[in-house]
Amino acid sequence: MSADFLYLVEVILNGLMAGVMYSLVALGFVLIFKASGIFNYAQGVMALFAALTLVGIQTGQVPFAHLINAIFGTNVHHFGWQVPTVLAIALTVGVMVLFAILVERYVLHHLVNQEPIILFMATIGLAYFMEGFGDIMWGSDIKTLDVGLPSGGSRWLEDYTLGWAAEGERYYGMYLDKLDMVASLVAIVLVVSLTIFSQYTKTGRALRAVADDHQAALSVGISLRTIWVIVWAIAGFVALVAGIMWGAKSGVQFSLSLIALKALPVLMLGGFTSIPGAIIGGLIIGVGEKVFEYSIGPLIGGATENWFAYVLALMFLVFRPQGLFGEKIIERV
Amino acid sequence: MFYRESGDFKKTYKLDSQTFPIKFDRWRYYFVMLVAFIVVPMFLTDYSANAVMIPFLVWAIAALGLNILVGYCGQLSLGTGGFMAVGAYSTYKLMTSFPGMDMISVIMLSGLVTAVVGAFFGLPSLRIKGFYLAVVTLAAQFFLVWLLNKVPWFYNYSASGQISAPQRELFGIVVTGPHATPVAAYLFCLIFAVGLAWIARNLTRGRMGRSWMAIRDMDIAAEIIGVNPLMAKLSAFAVSSFFIGVSGALLFSVYLGAAEVTEAFSINVSFAVLFMVIIGGLGSIFGSFIGAAFMVLMPVLLKNILVGGLGWPTDLAAHFELIIVGGLILVFLIVEPHGLAQMARVLKEKLRLWPFPH
Repeated sequence: MSADFLYLVEVILNGLMAGVMYSLVALGFVLIFKASGIFNYAQGVMALFAALTLVGIQTGQVPFAHLINAIFGTNVHHFGWQVPTVLAIALTVGVMVLFAILVERYVLHHLVNQEPIILFMATIGLAYFMEGFGDIMWGSDIKTLDVGLPSGGSRWLEDYTLGWAAEGERYYGMYLDKLDMVASLVAIVLVVSLTIFSQYTKTGRALRAVADDHQAALSVGISLRTIWVIVWAIAGFVALVAGIMWGAKSGVQFSLSLIALKALPVLMLGGFTSIPGAIIGGLIIGVGEKVFEYSIGPLIGGATENWFAYVLALMFLVFRPQGLFGEKIIERV
Repeated sequence: MFYRESGDFKKTYKLDSQTFPIKFDRWRYYFVMLVAFIVVPMFLTDYSANAVMIPFLVWAIAALGLNILVGYCGQLSLGTGGFMAVGAYSTYKLMTSFPGMDMISVIMLSGLVTAVVGAFFGLPSLRIKGFYLAVVTLAAQFFLVWLLNKVPWFYNYSASGQISAPQRELFGIVVTGPHATPVAAYLFCLIFAVGLAWIARNLTRGRMGRSWMAIRDMDIAAEIIGVNPLMAKLSAFAVSSFFIGVSGALLFSVYLGAAEVTEAFSINVSFAVLFMVIIGGLGSIFGSFIGAAFMVLMPVLLKNILVGGLGWPTDLAAHFELIIVGGLILVFLIVEPHGLAQMARVLKEKLRLWPFPH
């Protein structure tokens, strides 16, 4: 095999894994959109907030240290203990569930029956609020997240693929990030368990009923409020997983919340209402933008990853306005 | 007492269809114009012009433009930042390529350029609707910013990638560049703001505005009763982008003076303008102005209180500002989803009956 071809394969594989990372965020969107018709812009900030909370609990930071110091002139920052990773993750899940309950009670509950754009704006407001709140609670410096995930390239794969190139060509083996591989595994597990949950449990069936028709679900005795809390809690959990993966990859910092913007074209491509769509959309976008950047990017100045996903999604949408797997949009007068 | 309609007889069709049919409204409008054009410039200081009045006018124009698209035509757009950047960069190119051209034409032409770009990016709206469209307009945002950042011709090959406004005069008075007086800059923006608001008000009252609203309320039904969706949607995109382009042009040439596209016209700008429209009130000209006033004034106030009054570090104050902005948006949406303009309408209704409500 020629080295060029191997590079292309490497680019595609990396693209697939980047796509999985996007899908992780897109999943949270789909869950909430299906169950409540809310386009939750805050999903990215939820990932940031979850990762911040995890790091904060793990390293024993004092919450609101910055604020306390500013008001009382003290200088507190850490409790001085380390919380084991598993316990810290469990506590963070608890925080996200609490968050879901608060959001339902103080925001969504008051906005039932509003137009979708109002709900969308509310989630933007929520995103701003959480961003500021997370910063005040845990500080805005860049943190490293260490939950024991492997990192760096896979030596084994590099050595193994070294001999694949044709004789006499310069080739150093294939580079794949171990963390990305773990993320792909986690994503698969997550999707399978979410699918099983929604297909085979009572709560899961209730979720799907609400997604189909709010009023019909209400009439057979499903509590909308409980379902919304559950959905937001699950979305919070998905956000935590995404936050852990992205945080371990590039540090926990503000830019983490911007992955929400990256997840939007993924959603459009896959359709807002389809869980497999989120995954496949992510893969298409991931591969598409990596290959485009690799092949055409150098010709037009690079950094095409910023917009390519959107343009790709736009072209898909012109032919299929509901995304690849979205429910068909039926319009009546 | 106020808003008396009795005794105010309309004797011609012209009088009957005027913009402000109630006498009190009309006088209030003249009064606001008087204050804006004569009283405010007398008390304008450097700080109040640069921190409050000029940004207010510039953002109000952007909010007007977005309100036409979102509030009147129902097409959700998140590409405002990108379109403002197009306005700003066309102003820069026009100012540097044709130094003799007067500023009014420069800014109008920039608006036209933006209108063409906007109409082009509005094309997908014929097939794509709702949130899908909102995400598509993000493509405009990111692509335009990337393009303006990557092609050196747009910023005249300057090493820093920045554009800065040269000094230009209008009727012998300096309006752009570092030597412009605050009063001149303010009046220059005010002329555009008032003129465009007047155009917007009359467009939305006329045939075009009605076709937009028909599309907003239900596009299939509108098509059946004979509204051409292609024309309605594209004209909304074009007019809206014209306003937004003018706003971007003023933001760059009069207010900022120098700009860098990834910073001054980022996605946050798009959201900020959308906030103004929502808080002010969808589908209301007056709402665009109060929305802009609110979003411009609040950070200034908060900064003065938190940093100036309480002596907090600026980064903490910035985080607090985020919390308060986010919280206020939520409170507004919960209390009055139709924005401040709706509150004003309710107040008006109350005033009509005051002091003897039934």
